[in-house]
Amino acid sequence: MCLGIPGQIVAITDEGRLLAMAEVSGVRREVNVACVAEGALEALVGQWALIHVGFAMSLIDEDEAAKTLEALRDLGEAQETLEQMAAGAAALEERA
Amino acid sequence: MALRDERVTLAHGGGGKAMRDLIEEVFTSVFQPPGMEDQARLSAEALTEPGAKLAFTTDSFVVTPLEFPGGDIGKIAVCGTVNDLAVGGARPLWLSAAFIIEEGTEIALLRRIVATMVREAEAAGVRIVTGDTKVVGRGGCDGVFVTTAGVGVIPPGRVMAAERVRPGDVAIVNGVLGDHGATILAARGDLSISSAIKSDCASLGHLMEAVIAAAPQARAARDLTRGGLASALNEIAEAAGCGIEISEADLPLRAEVVGTCEILGLDPLYLANEGRVVVFVPPEEAQAALTAMRAFAEGRNAVVIGQAVSAHAGQVRMKTALGGARIVDMLVGEQLPRIC
Amino acid sequence: MKFASEFRDPKAAKALLVEIARVADEIGATREKPVHIMEVCGGHTHSIFRYGLDKLVHEGIEFIHGPGCPVCVLPRSRVDECIEIAERPGVIFTTFGDAMRVPGSKRSLLQSKADGADIRMVYSPLDALELARRNPEREVVFFGLGFETTTPSTALAIQQAAREGLTNFSIFCNHITVPEPIKALLDDPHMCLDGFIGPGHVSMVIGIHPYDFIARDYGKPLVVAGFEPTDLLQSVLMVLSQIAQGRAEVENQYARVVPEHGNRVSLAAIADVYERRPSFEWRGLGEIDASGLRIRPTYAAFDAEEKFGIGYATGQREVEEAEGCACGAVMTGRVKPVQCPQFGKGCTPEMPLGALMVSSEGACAAYWQYGGARAAAE
Repeated sequence: MCLGIPGQIVAITDEGRLLAMAEVSGVRREVNVACVAEGALEALVGQWALIHVGFAMSLIDEDEAAKTLEALRDLGEAQETLEQMAAGAAALEERA
Repeated sequence: MALRDERVTLAHGGGGKAMRDLIEEVFTSVFQPPGMEDQARLSAEALTEPGAKLAFTTDSFVVTPLEFPGGDIGKIAVCGTVNDLAVGGARPLWLSAAFIIEEGTEIALLRRIVATMVREAEAAGVRIVTGDTKVVGRGGCDGVFVTTAGVGVIPPGRVMAAERVRPGDVAIVNGVLGDHGATILAARGDLSISSAIKSDCASLGHLMEAVIAAAPQARAARDLTRGGLASALNEIAEAAGCGIEISEADLPLRAEVVGTCEILGLDPLYLANEGRVVVFVPPEEAQAALTAMRAFAEGRNAVVIGQAVSAHAGQVRMKTALGGARIVDMLVGEQLPRIC
Repeated sequence: MKFASEFRDPKAAKALLVEIARVADEIGATREKPVHIMEVCGGHTHSIFRYGLDKLVHEGIEFIHGPGCPVCVLPRSRVDECIEIAERPGVIFTTFGDAMRVPGSKRSLLQSKADGADIRMVYSPLDALELARRNPEREVVFFGLGFETTTPSTALAIQQAAREGLTNFSIFCNHITVPEPIKALLDDPHMCLDGFIGPGHVSMVIGIHPYDFIARDYGKPLVVAGFEPTDLLQSVLMVLSQIAQGRAEVENQYARVVPEHGNRVSLAAIADVYERRPSFEWRGLGEIDASGLRIRPTYAAFDAEEKFGIGYATGQREVEEAEGCACGAVMTGRVKPVQCPQFGKGCTPEMPLGALMVSSEGACAAYWQYGGARAAAE
């Protein structure tokens, strides 16, 4: 359920109705920013939000995104090391 | 200039002077050669070569809005029929054009549509040789409907048919997918999305001729109109009785098309195109076919997207970017934007 | 695409698959005795099929596709009620595209449109609101559909309409909630689920604590997950690790979007506009207690049920269960779709009967598509 996609807020279009322009991969759509407008609206410009049915529902936390990606990288590297060790062990066995 | 009205009225369909003025000023005087009659009389010379075949096709065109970035209904009406002929291996020669016009349609709009058709026909090397107009009351149709029929000739010995596709044959498309579909979705306005994308609408007669010259064993081609690449591939798989395997990583897609699909929950494989074909050629001719395509503006981004296989006969499968597999089925109905 | 493409990296996916296989072997998961993980959300089901994840994971992992597709679980009676509203004179009925093809007892909205009703597809409730502003002489009804993710959008639209004093805008409310059907599934004595992938976008609204009872009372792990392929695989790994370590907790894989306590503005808008119904009907699952929302009396002027005297507002609704439909049993992981007596007979993608056949991502529709090959293999 609940198709949502990250979009960047590029401009505030209607301050009174809390509307802003969001951009997803070069496609623009006006969205309501009520759910993410805690401070000054202008501060939203440049920020990324999760867009669902014409509403910016949640600001994307860039630090958390980076942490998730880092965990993935660590896992990949750990496996590579294991593979290299396994390959090294196999080579040793062959020689013996 | 006898035609003073700004908009088409029912009088323009009444068979009197108003109708004659409309037809002469907007249509016959613009189409070449001037002085077009109800019935076209054409030299049959091209058709009399022993072994040559006559190709004959017709298609009706409706699109909302009538004008959109990259084209209009007139351009689609010419390109669509030219491409229908071309993918069957025919050299397109003549078109007919019939218009159903809703009362209230701007005459300036009609002129623009006709001008596009003339320009596009010239580029495609075909002649619009006969036509017709009817006017219907408001609500009787949506603006303008255009029907074109096309006649072409298939040179002796040339056979392009889906049944000829064999396992191992390579599938090539002539460019990025879904531009037309994504453009129309945005241009309709009801979804309030916008982007810089333009329709891919183009005539592919010259391109197909060059591909067949470079890859004489080319098996089959399909234009990727309604239902997109997915539908065309399914038709071919079924007709050929073999499977087709494509690779997600190789699909050429513009960022804006991906964005449109992500926002609306659509699959680009099913988006309509108006200037895209998939061509199946034996592997040894794939490079020649690609090179031939890339010499054309509308083939610059030509790329191999997959091949026919002996497994899963009649079915299209896609290797996902992660190495998984997914069946690419025919659509049950129209693709609708979704929220879930 | 930022915040999406990075989470589709094939290398990271491969590393996750290897690690999933290692843990699955460690806990003894096999094809014959698989670990059953339910992805509650239809969006996750969609991603699983879109990337072919079901075929990439260790064979000891079986995905059970949950009830989290609001279109799939919409009962026939509610579709009938939609059509009844749409066919009233003067009505412009607006809906998300998904709902157009869902069959009622006789027709779908698509068929009703063909019969002359003014039914329009919109992308957002905001677009329906704009239609109401532009057509003051017509009554614009929006088909409010979806889980907690979508509920704030209609609540905010109603608040906006109230502020503007619009009198020709109303919502036919079919909003439903996620925790209650999960509880209903867990209470089923035949249930054989081992863990849950929790809905990411629902959780960005409600936070992660409404699921605490699943871990605390039922001892099952739940990991709130994002929708990209590495998000899903990482969440599967997190569920498996909990099982391997004998833990049952609610964890958040999707912290870049899901705050622990949800979204304050959204929750306030929902609380202001909506209240719980005593019960709500789900296709294939029947009535589930407190699983649906209705518009509060203070906003009755925007409630299509009240305005048109339809549905639960009439106080007398007959709930009609599709005969022989085994959606409930499929959703608890008790039977496979092909074991349902209606599968492929009374229930096909063209004429669906049960929830899981309605959307192309439903478990039964997916099985139907893979039917030939699978049946031959088994």
